[in-house]
Amino acid sequence: MTTSFVKIKNAAKSFGNLQVLKDINLTVDRGQIVAIIGPSGSGKSTLLRAINELDPLTSGEVWLEGVQINRHLPPRQYEAHVNQVRQDIGMVFQHFNLFPHLTVRGNITLAPRMLKGLTEAQANALVEEQLTKVGLLEKIDEYPSRLSGGQKQRVAIARALAMKPKVMLFDEATSALDPELVEEVNMVMKQLADEHMTMIIVTHEMDFAASVCDRVLFMDQGVVVEEGPPSVIFQNPVEERTRNFLRKHLARNGG
Amino acid sequence: MGLDFSVVPSYFGVLLQGMGLTIAITICAGILSFFGGIVFAVAALYAPMIIRLPMRAFAFLFMGTPLLLQLFLIYFGLIQVGIDLPAFVAGVIGLGLHFAVYNSELIQASILAVDKGQYEGARTLGLSRGQTVRRIIIPQAVRAVIPPMGNNMIALLKDSALVSVIGVMELTLAAQQAISRTYRPFEFYLAVAFCYYFINLALEAGLRHVERRIAASR
Ligand SMILES: Nc1ncnc2c1ncn2[C@@H]1O[C@H](COP(=O)(O)OP(=O)(O)OP(=O)(O)O)[C@@H](O)[C@H]1O
Ligand SMILES: [Mg+2]
Repeated sequence: MTTSFVKIKNAAKSFGNLQVLKDINLTVDRGQIVAIIGPSGSGKSTLLRAINELDPLTSGEVWLEGVQINRHLPPRQYEAHVNQVRQDIGMVFQHFNLFPHLTVRGNITLAPRMLKGLTEAQANALVEEQLTKVGLLEKIDEYPSRLSGGQKQRVAIARALAMKPKVMLFDEATSALDPELVEEVNMVMKQLADEHMTMIIVTHEMDFAASVCDRVLFMDQGVVVEEGPPSVIFQNPVEERTRNFLRKHLARNGG
Repeated sequence: MGLDFSVVPSYFGVLLQGMGLTIAITICAGILSFFGGIVFAVAALYAPMIIRLPMRAFAFLFMGTPLLLQLFLIYFGLIQVGIDLPAFVAGVIGLGLHFAVYNSELIQASILAVDKGQYEGARTLGLSRGQTVRRIIIPQAVRAVIPPMGNNMIALLKDSALVSVIGVMELTLAAQQAISRTYRPFEFYLAVAFCYYFINLALEAGLRHVERRIAASR
């Protein structure tokens, strides 16, 4: 039995008069890795941010493991509900969003300690486990300002993982990095893929998407134009728009 | 009549006591203005209208009227409604609230300048709005505003001389007392100026120390 783990139904989103998402449907199974590609402004980030209610949908539904994320509730209950479900959804941002006033340890343990009531010993074990995973144990007591971009992003991933999320969302996790730092972050994401973490990855890196993802969605102007396995989307796309996008992308990035 | 500093040492104890009081008032009012500034800033930005409006009136009162008047109001005025504060306490409250309002303006601007990504990063982990403001936004906003807030602290030190008008025996009033006995104003005011300068140096050194300490965490 395949259970759809993340399910987005008839998602629509407008910012004022601008309709950014138009009737999007997406299901992701447990352990599946889905890449979302598409031109700038096509609504990739908005879709990702709708999943954890950072940009709530105008209409449609978002479900995670049988729980509806975007429930319509009175304000107080909605707050509590959202704070609860977000604990299960890890998110990694283009610009890391590490907390500069906290050390690496503080960044990673803050939420687990506050929200899950971990003791100091448990928190220390947790932070060591997560930092070992991303290969940065020696940076445990550094402030983010002392880290390279790649290191920052690995810490951001460790911070998200420390909440033991059910699904991880990546919004162009390597776009802000110098080229030579991209690989170390990709390695960490590959490793998560090997551990069967459910992931939704917005990316401009087609090679990376092709190598780790089970499925690729091509979005344009707020709709999913085409979706399928990477072999089809990257080598034999059906839609003209997909082909155009990939051709332009290839020309710009030289392969 | 030429200058004669030889009278100063005999009032050394009085001046020292005055200096002690000035330092105590500055520290107490400084702490009040720091935390008060944070509370006012948070209330001004996040509290419901019903709290925000009286707060604005309060801020206007403290920014738009002389500190001297505020001290009179707190010390002499409140007695009429049955609140009889010791002069020291009244002085600390007056100075503290006055500068809390100024600090609040700084902190408000600084809160609004914290990157939106910080808020999103915290909320994404599951932190509530209040937890995010408390643990993520405020600490960063306060760090960013330490240098200008330091200037307010130095202004507070200088304005602490005003509490002499409600009878707190701080440095300036201590000097006046010595002068009334010796008729040597120039010598004592100069000595007192030196004392303020000395406290100022210590305050600035403290500020630089704090700035260095938080440099990495910004
Ligand atoms: N908060 C907002 N208010 C108004 N418009 C917004 C907001 N967020 C996004 N938009 C608009 O929605 C559209 C989709 O934006 P989105 O960020 O989802 O695109 P994207 O596919 O992630 O693009 P990119 O590849 O550049 O990151 C854009 O036209 C953008 O200007
Ligand atoms: Mg985007």
